Amino acid sequence: MRLEYFQMLDRVDEIDREAMLIRAGSEVPDASPVFDGHFPGHALVPGVLLLETMAQASGYLLLALDGFKRMPFLASAKQASFRAFVVPGDRLDISARRIHDGSGYAVTQAQISRGGEVVADAQLMLRLVPFPVSALEEHVRNEGRRLGFLGEA
Amino acid sequence: MASTFETVADIIAETSDIARESINPDSHIMKDLGVDSLAFLDIAFEIDQRFNIQMPIEDWMQNVNQGGQDSAEYFVLGNLCRHIDALVAKPVAA
Repeated sequence: MRLEYFQMLDRVDEIDREAMLIRAGSEVPDASPVFDGHFPGHALVPGVLLLETMAQASGYLLLALDGFKRMPFLASAKQASFRAFVVPGDRLDISARRIHDGSGYAVTQAQISRGGEVVADAQLMLRLVPFPVSALEEHVRNEGRRLGFLGEA
Repeated sequence: MASTFETVADIIAETSDIARESINPDSHIMKDLGVDSLAFLDIAFEIDQRFNIQMPIEDWMQNVNQGGQDSAEYFVLGNLCRHIDALVAKPVAA
């Protein structure tokens, strides 16, 4: 996890196409400029970045299911809950399941857990649109390779 | 059992905070009710789930943007309900 680069996932462990499910992992770094402000002397991963983590897992799931044809953009989050503090050094397990495949959009149910305890969850809606620029498509494909699952796309 | 119109009107009222009594079969979802594209996705999600269908919104928008159809064909409520009924009646592909 590199918070300042919005690189929220370290790896993808599994994409289950039948269950429409992704499982990923990430470790919160010991140090980050983000922690300088959030908060001095009491470092916490901001809830918005936990939401981003769930959105990225959802996005890579949809990219994989859709063959990297369209870019998922976060459109809305419902019932987002941040149930426990997430701190430097935490090892996180992230999962997302597509619960609805709409026309031009999809809805996922995502969660982050630590040692079996759910620390955040949300229902996310993502729009699926053609890649607006080739550089973005190249970026997400490179990220797919870094995360170790592009071969499945 | 509620009619398609009653169900869809209830969904719009619930998801978009629009007074139920202001919604009628002649209402255009965007032009008359002021629903924006994001709010319409919430409505579409609820309709898809409630009727167990997938409204082909992308195809509809393409028809409108390419000038093949006026947006009223899909987004005036009476017409939208007609499309929903057709999708519900459509046999599920094996």
